[in-house]
Amino acid sequence: MAFWRQYRRNVAAVIGLAILLVVVVMAVSAPLLYPGDPWDMAGKPFIWPFQSWKFPLGTDRLGRDVAACIFHGARVSLLIGLVATLVAVVVGIVVGAFAGFYGGKVDDVLMRLTEIFQTIPSFIFIFVVVAVFTPTVPIIVLAIAIVSWPQLARLVRGEFIALRGRDFIQGCIAIGMSDLRIIFFQALPNALAPVIVTASVTVALAILAESGLAFLGLGDPNVMSWGTIIGAGRAVLRQAWYLTAIPGVAILLTVLALNLIGDGLNDALNPRLRGRR
Amino acid sequence: MSAILEVRDLRTEFRSEAGTAQAVDGISLLVGRGETLALVGESGCGKSMTGLSLLRIVPKPYGHIVGGEIRLDGRDLLKLPEAAMRQVRGNEVAMIFQEPMTSLNPVFTIGNQIVEAIQTHRDVGKAEARRLTVELLDQVGIPDAGRRLDDYPHRLSGGMRQRAMIAMAISCKPKLLIADEPTTALDVTVQAQILALLRRLQDELEMGMILITHDLAVVAETASRVAVMYAGRIVENGTVREVLRHPRHPYTQGLLQATPHARKAGGTRRKLAEITGLVPSLYDMPPGCAFAPRCPKAQAVCRSTVPTLAVGGGNVACHFPG
Amino acid sequence: MSPATSPAEPLVSVRDLVKSFRVSGGTVRAVNGVSFDVARAETVGLVGESGCGKSTLGKTILRLIDPDSGSIVLAGAEIGRLSRSALRPHRRRMQMIFQDPYASLNPRITVGRLIQEPMDAHKVGTVAERKDRVVWLMERVGLRPEHAERFPHEFSGGQRQRIGIARALALNPDLLICDEPVSALDLSVQAQVLNLLVEIQEEFKLSLLFISHDLSVVAHLADRIMVMYLGHIVEIGTRDAVWDQPLHPYTRALISAVPRLDPDEERPTKIVLTGDLPSPMDPPAGCPFHTRCPVAVGRCSSEMPALRVLADGSQVACHLVTG
Repeated sequence: MAFWRQYRRNVAAVIGLAILLVVVVMAVSAPLLYPGDPWDMAGKPFIWPFQSWKFPLGTDRLGRDVAACIFHGARVSLLIGLVATLVAVVVGIVVGAFAGFYGGKVDDVLMRLTEIFQTIPSFIFIFVVVAVFTPTVPIIVLAIAIVSWPQLARLVRGEFIALRGRDFIQGCIAIGMSDLRIIFFQALPNALAPVIVTASVTVALAILAESGLAFLGLGDPNVMSWGTIIGAGRAVLRQAWYLTAIPGVAILLTVLALNLIGDGLNDALNPRLRGRR
Repeated sequence: MSAILEVRDLRTEFRSEAGTAQAVDGISLLVGRGETLALVGESGCGKSMTGLSLLRIVPKPYGHIVGGEIRLDGRDLLKLPEAAMRQVRGNEVAMIFQEPMTSLNPVFTIGNQIVEAIQTHRDVGKAEARRLTVELLDQVGIPDAGRRLDDYPHRLSGGMRQRAMIAMAISCKPKLLIADEPTTALDVTVQAQILALLRRLQDELEMGMILITHDLAVVAETASRVAVMYAGRIVENGTVREVLRHPRHPYTQGLLQATPHARKAGGTRRKLAEITGLVPSLYDMPPGCAFAPRCPKAQAVCRSTVPTLAVGGGNVACHFPG
Repeated sequence: MSPATSPAEPLVSVRDLVKSFRVSGGTVRAVNGVSFDVARAETVGLVGESGCGKSTLGKTILRLIDPDSGSIVLAGAEIGRLSRSALRPHRRRMQMIFQDPYASLNPRITVGRLIQEPMDAHKVGTVAERKDRVVWLMERVGLRPEHAERFPHEFSGGQRQRIGIARALALNPDLLICDEPVSALDLSVQAQVLNLLVEIQEEFKLSLLFISHDLSVVAHLADRIMVMYLGHIVEIGTRDAVWDQPLHPYTRALISAVPRLDPDEERPTKIVLTGDLPSPMDPPAGCPFHTRCPVAVGRCSSEMPALRVLADGSQVACHLVTG
């Protein structure tokens, strides 16, 4: 496939994809490998990594299995990252597409709205939303999505403004096609490449945001995320630095992987580079 | 007629992942002092690449001149070191392009760019170069040259930009001017002005000129001799009158018959003659005559043996010239 | 809905059409009070230099651009002021062929689908009938129906223009507006596309508004020629009249500047226009051409000449043309 051939050229992007696949496998296999609740005490506290076959990554101060926490944390981090991004992408596409396609007053209204959301400092906004409502996964997802969509909306709007003037879109208007059909079936597929690239980075940012919340103790108290582990390990940083380092490395690698994938997608989807001899 | 430029068997290749393409495949040309030779053909025929090869500015890293001679006043340009070649470019041989907007630097004024061109090749002071520039702009018909000097390229119309480009090209009184589709981007009334300007300058400066174009009507009005190119080779050459009145190569004949022109008053629309098929890919050339797959007269020999100009008696590369 | 149209009635009737654009630094009147008719099955060539407003005029008639004022009557129905949705049924009657065969087809949609889309949009016949018509159309324009599943980038420029023509024909329109349909093509391919346009016009009894900067192509193709300058139509006449006896000084200069192929053909004396096209943001008062006109008199700079009908049916907007 031409796309894969182009993507493969970017070695860093392939490494990023491999890392992400590992994380996905961890997330998927968590309930199989660690069927119990990761919050449960499993052994003695403060077992260091590589000391025990039973606890390859050690245990925390309450004797919870760190490996189980990391595997289950992968589930939560990925889930929140992906769902929040999906919501942001859908909202961003709808707002951006209508603003860009119709222009004029529609554009003015939608873009002012976008700017209002964009001017709010994002992390503080998430903080407030989660503090006001109960910190549950859906609320966290929603809060992250709300701060992420304006960027995508502006991107999609720009693409649509360029597309609107293109002959093939004019041709669709000329044959009498309905506007919704033109927007979603003619223009949108041609605007998706940069959206996909941006979305991969948005997933990374969402994962970071969630980790930050959990670190501050504002995450969903019922789910184990990487941020939760760091937050819990912070108090014992001097005695057991591995409790913050291991989830920290997991976050770092995942975010890095997503950024590398974003670069790779950009190269592979950018038609200006494609086919260049 | 003393030849200012004599090109023999010039070959330029394009090497890439897709393979090797003979973009210029053994071309020989002769341009006399004060004479205009038109190089005509459709896109991809190698006419622009020929122009770039003459100045040794084929795009790197894929393009390579692999053989032949380019004799300017007897001196083979292909044997010159790069430093000496730089003295030839812009000084002895100048080139103008289709879109002056891409050839002029948008962040410098017209005047600055011409002054720089002059000072690159001539040992004159800034004030003197500026005075020469005003003279040049005047010479190419830019009104109010003293003020236009300080305009940026985007402030000028397409026709005026092309004039500025021409002023820059003739600033060192070159022996040879290569004009690559100089009027293709221009409207017809402006085209007429630019072609008239080129003819006048050529007389004044006794330049040889190579006019690269796809437009046979422009050839008819501007050049004295013409070489028709197809797939990297010259398929027919001769005086403009000969070639346009009595074309002998089936491709030239096809082009002429495919050109729309006004029917006689009261006449009905006739069908234009079509050349069927497409230009072959340079990476996948047919053996034998490159035009054979599209040629109505092609025989077995055409599909096996490449016809040279000698085959058709010196002026036409065809086994069965008309 | 639309009243029955007699054959003598023109298919398209444009009156006093105005379209201006706001640009940084002012307003450009791209189309400035244009009136003309196109008869059924007639080919009208619209010529003029870049920036004269010919493309805008074409797109305004198609209502891809909304006019500021004026009327557009298509087959008896006024479409100049209809809303987007009210306009949709009328779109079946008029289609467009674009200049750039690379930009005018959605790169992500197969060719068969592209040709079927207009019929889908107007729910013409059953899906099976539409598919049959796609095959028929592809054959008609010289494409192989088995290529229907391919994407536009797999075709050459000339073939893509054929796809565009098939798509435009799908709804059996009455009017085809061709905006420089062959100027991006090489000569040998250009001839193929021009021949195809002539064939389908005769076969489908189409009216053609053929917009081009290339006077040779228009002189080859058109029954009548309209000449535009700075948003105004300055001359309309039969092809023979405009090409052989142009009346407006601008038309004369334009036609004299066309390079002629035949080295022995008698050439009209070249009338070389001086100066540049005035800025369309700041058009001259009076006749728009007077700043470059070799024969302008005092009146030309103050009074705008109207497009007048002459005895032979030609129309000219010039104070100095009598008859």
